[in-house]
Parts: sequence; structure tokens; C-alpha cells
Amino acid sequence: MKIHEYQAKEIFGKYGLPIPKGEVVTTPDEARNIAVRYEKPVMIKAQVHVGGRGKAGGIKYCKEPDDAFFAAQEILGMDIKGLIVKKVLVTEAVDIKSEAYVGVIVDRVTKRNVIMVSPAGGIDIEEVAAKTPEKIMKLGVDPLLGLLPYEALKLARFVYPDIKIARSAGGVIRKLYDAFVHSDASLAEINPLVLNNQDDLVALDAKINLDDSALFRHPDYENLRDLDAEDPAEMEAKRNDLSYVKLNGNIGCCVNGAGLAMATMDLVKHFGGEPANFLDIGGSSSPEKVLAAMKIILNDPNVVVILFNIFGGITRCDDVANGMVWAVEKLNPRVPIVVRLTGTNEDKAKKILEKLDLSATSSMEDVVKMAVNEARSVV
Amino acid sequence: MAIYVDKKTRVIVQGITGRDGSFHSRQMLDYGTNIVAGVTPGKGGSEIYGVPVFDSMAEAVEKTKANTSIIFVPPMFAVDAIFEAARSGISLIVCISEGIPAIDMVKVYNYLKEKGVRLIGPNCPGIISPGMSKVGILPAQIFAKGPIGVVSRSGTLTYEIVHNLTIKGLGQSTCIGIGGDPIIGTNFIDCLEAFENDPATKGIVLIGEIGGSDEEMAAEYIKRNVTKPVVGFIAGQTAPPGKRMGHAGAIISGASGLAEDKIRAFNEVGIPVAEIPSQISDLMAEKLAEYQKKLARKKAIVKSKKKTKKTAKKKTAKKVVKKKAKKAIKRVTKKTAKKKTVSRKLVRKRAERKTTALRKSGRRK
Repeated sequence: MKIHEYQAKEIFGKYGLPIPKGEVVTTPDEARNIAVRYEKPVMIKAQVHVGGRGKAGGIKYCKEPDDAFFAAQEILGMDIKGLIVKKVLVTEAVDIKSEAYVGVIVDRVTKRNVIMVSPAGGIDIEEVAAKTPEKIMKLGVDPLLGLLPYEALKLARFVYPDIKIARSAGGVIRKLYDAFVHSDASLAEINPLVLNNQDDLVALDAKINLDDSALFRHPDYENLRDLDAEDPAEMEAKRNDLSYVKLNGNIGCCVNGAGLAMATMDLVKHFGGEPANFLDIGGSSSPEKVLAAMKIILNDPNVVVILFNIFGGITRCDDVANGMVWAVEKLNPRVPIVVRLTGTNEDKAKKILEKLDLSATSSMEDVVKMAVNEARSVV
Repeated sequence: MAIYVDKKTRVIVQGITGRDGSFHSRQMLDYGTNIVAGVTPGKGGSEIYGVPVFDSMAEAVEKTKANTSIIFVPPMFAVDAIFEAARSGISLIVCISEGIPAIDMVKVYNYLKEKGVRLIGPNCPGIISPGMSKVGILPAQIFAKGPIGVVSRSGTLTYEIVHNLTIKGLGQSTCIGIGGDPIIGTNFIDCLEAFENDPATKGIVLIGEIGGSDEEMAAEYIKRNVTKPVVGFIAGQTAPPGKRMGHAGAIISGASGLAEDKIRAFNEVGIPVAEIPSQISDLMAEKLAEYQKKLARKKAIVKSKKKTKKTAKKKTAKKVVKKKAKKAIKRVTKKTAKKKTVSRKLVRKRAERKTTALRKSGRRK
């Protein structure tokens, strides 16, 4: 789960990281009021779940409160990479002597939490890694010992040769690591970590991605979810214990299992069609799930045909067939349905589907070809 | 032979009294898996399908000498269950549970590695060695005994592909679902190594998907270490970036984890990647035939080499004999020569003595 900068800063603040004063607002007037209260120049920052906000014009420096008003007016409602800005963060401006990068990720390759630091802050770290890898220092943390103070200091010194600054930067790294571990994040980064003219460190930006699998330990994090930024169909799917991702095609796919669902999309494309979605109805597919899945697919106006691909293993084909009969009766779908069922209770399922006048094939390739033909005949 | 599980596998089911645990225990027993115990805290002393239930793993292992466990507990308890199993003296843990936090798996992975305990999964369908043992939730009816090793990050896609292999007459030595999470206990490389060393496996099918770089690393490993034919498949060519495709690990982040990069990595080391699932069996059959020919050729070469070696050995043996003989002759002649010289000296001395004696006696006379 992605959260906004202001939310990440709140979490960072709890772990003692140096965060500039700031508040999140939804109107230009509020932005001006805060600027007046701070009696200082401020930054207005768009709160959207994409990188590159600055380049897109979503971050502005405002010397006077009136500037803050106009900047907020301009940014609120702005479209940044397809996302509409609904909130801005008003935060005190900080003078910048140098910018660094500090981040922690769960690294799939080394299977450790890896801390990365770089004196080249303020830009995308992937770009730094690709172009100037020598400017990055990485450390895989021992999962049983945790981050040791001397390790943090070593990382800090790579960025700040001055021992005094390095000591406080070491503290920042340790606090960031604490925040990362305790919030069960998959990523936590400060980019840039700014050194100001008084030689104080400030986390100018903050980013945390939370691990969806760990949310059961943090029921309060559910409040951090920005429902405006989430696809409503994806949310609806999640509520029904389905996994759904919207795509741009017109063949609605309903498959059991994530791998098979991806392979089905690929096969649609292979035979010249375009999948409308990824949808995994999961292993034990109850009729309720089939109904919910069909509803979500039909809500997509682009869909011209629904393709079922069910490999009955643990999933029983007759369960899915019953769900389909029920869903068709309830939803009266406006588009044709093509079905592939094979495996456990296949024959039973095919009998059930006769009620719908639906013939089911046993071959994945055949059903995909049928769906692609159906889609072609409509367009 | 097979990898990781076989006839000797003695299984404990952790969470045997739960809905999934009991259902799949029944299925595994029906397949012939040797389930020796179940563990559910608080239900020790009871029985299910004739299998004794214990309160703890330590007790279950001690009483039943089990060597493998399978975990069906909900994700919030699964990490604890893995640690408990690892400390009980078990050597293989199969974790079916989906939804374990990645940060917990970092701890689990490193701890188990140090302990030398193998974990398959989490978020996986388990493992089957057809005809021997099934430790997982895979639908048994689609598998057949044979020479193909299958390793995959997915569940149902594996069934689809295995079903096809079986229909085409390509049975399996072992099929292993390693799991769809970003951090898993057993990866492609572990399985490739095991299949390479397993005499029953003649060919390997590797089923990957978007996310991470395990497929790329597997390709590199195959290039260096695997002689058996490998056929690949990668799911998710049409997946959009930044979206989790069902599996927690199936996500393209930034420029990494793309299907096309994985396919390229395989192709670069000469591994064919099927465009559609049904192609896999054809590609494998082709590769197997090629491999058998190569093996036959190799065998022939080895045989002829052995022959030449043998004759060479004989020749050298003859030479050795000759040399030895020569040396022996030399030695003998030397010895006799020595003896001769010694005797000549002696003779001379004796003669001298005689002559002096004669002279002396002559003077006396």
C-alpha cells in the first residue's frame, strides 16, 4: 500500500526523524493561512501517489502567503500522470547546503533489509544506480542482530566525511531503519535528506510503501488508504477476496489462480485480442466469489465478452458453474460468455452449464480463440 | 529417485484440524503420503483419519521420527509455525499459507539457512513426486510418473502445464511450486541443482513470472551448471507496471521484473521459452530427443575412449614390463660383474699370498 508524503512524515516524526513543520490542506485559503502563521516562506507540495511531482509542476516555493494561495490554487485539481491532486502539503521552506539519499528496502536478491545511501540526493535513486553506481553505498542488515550503530555510522560517513555531521546522520539512518521495521514497510526513503546552512539534517521528502501482507498487525494503517487514489473496482474486488487489475482491452477474464490468470491474458494477446483485466478468483471458489467477479467485470464498459478459464484442482468446476448460473440469473449480462472448465467435477459442471445454453470447452487455447473471435465480431 | 520428497518422507501436518489442513490431509493420505502426525496446540491426544495429533512439533517429531512438515495455519501464525518446525529437528518444511509479511520472511529465510533446514514456499501449492509422496495441495490426478522435473512460482498455471505434459506422455519425477511471494525459502537455483543431480530427472521445465530477478539468475546458473535440457515459460507479458498481479511477488517495479527481460535471459543461454503453455511439451520432447542423442554420442565416445585407453594401458604395461626386465637384467649383470670382480681380486690375493708363501718357503729351503 502506498501512502502520501504527509502520512509518511507523520510516521517518521514518531520515530524522531527531523521533519520540517507542515500541514495538509485542500483549499488555497487554508494554504495561505498556514503560510501567514509560519511567518516564513513555504513549499506547496501535491500529495499524489506518483514520483516526479516536481518536474510535473506539483511542487512550488512560495515567498509570501499570497504566493501560497495561488500556488495551492494551481496545484489543487492538477492532473499528474493521470492522478488528480486533491490535497497539498504546506511545509516550511528549508535552505539547502547539500542533498543526500537514504533508503531501506526488503531486497529480494540478498533476502535482507538493505539500506542504501548516496550523496547524490534529490534525484531518482534508480537513475543514480544505473549511471553512477559508485555513488551508492549499500548494506544488508543482519536480520537477527538488526542495524548496528557502527554500521550506520559507516554509511553516514560515505555521505558526510565530517564526523560530527556523520554522527547525526548515523542517528537519522538508525531511526529510519526503526521506522521501516516497525511499520512493516517494503520501502522507506528520505530523498532528499537535506543539510541546511546551520549543518542540521532535515528529511525534506518522505516515502513509505507498506507491505499489504503486514496490515493485519496495523489496523490503524487502514485509515491511511487514500480511497480517491485507489481504483474502485480493485477495492471492490479486495473486499470480496478477489484479485483484480484493470487493463485497457475488451475481453473480460475470470480465472482461478494468479499464474494462470496472467498466462490467460498473455494468450489473449497472443491470438490478437486485448484483455480487459486480470482477475484471480482464488483457489476455493465459492459461487459468491463468481458472482462478485462477474459483477466487477461487467462494470467495465469496455468489456464485450467474458472469458472463464477454470482449471479444477482444489477448485471444483461445479462450484464455479453454479456460481455462473446464479450470476447470469441475477445480473443478466449484456455480453456473451465463453467458458473453459477442466479437472475436478468437469462433467458435472458442463451439465450445469447446459441450463445456460453455454457450451464449455476443455482447452484453454480454444476458449481464448473463441473470446478473441467474439470480440472481433463486435468491434 | 526424485527430489526433496520420496517414499522415505514422513510428514507432520501443522494445522491438521483446520478446514484446509484436514481437507488436504485426507487428499494426501489418499495419494499414499506417509502422514505420521498432526499438530494443533490444544488438541494433543486426539486423532484425525487415524493420525495422532500432538500439541507441539517437538513432541510430534520425537514420537514419530518425522522428517517433513507441511503448514496450513493462517499467515499471522505461520511464521511461528515455521520457527517451531525448524527447531524440532525437521529437515524440510512446506508452507502453504499465503500472506506472510516480507519482513518476517527475511528473518525466517536467514535463520533457516543457518540451521540447514529447507523451506518450500510460503504461498505455494507444495511438492509432489508422482507415485511416491505428495506434500501439498496439488491435484494428484493430473500427475504421472516420469522423467520431467517441474519447478514453478505458480499454482494453477503449473497444473495446466503438467496436465499437458502428462497427456503428451511426459511424466514427472518431481513437481515443485516454490511460491509466489517476493521472499521464498527455496528458489529456482536450488531446484535446478537438485534436478541436475537427480538421476530420475532427464529434463526440466521452469515456469517463471514477472517480478524480481530469480529467472535471470536461474538462466545464468543453467549456463554454468546444468547439462540436462531446460524449457522455460514466463507468465505476465501483458501485465502493467507497478501492479501486483495476484501474487505478492508478481510486480514490475521500475525497470525490473519485466517478462521480456526474463525471456531474453533464457534465450541468451540457449533455453527455449514457450510462447503458449501447450508448446512446452513439444519443446521438451524435442529437447529430450536431442539430449538423448547427445548422451548416446557421448557414451559412444566414452566407450571408444575407454577402448583406446585399455589398449594404451596394455601397451604401456608391456613397456613397463620390458623396462623392468631390462633393469632386472642390468641389476643381475651388475651383481654378477661385482661378484666376478670380487672373485678375481680374491683369486689374485690368494695367488699373491701363495706366491709370497712359496717364495718364503723357497728361501727357507
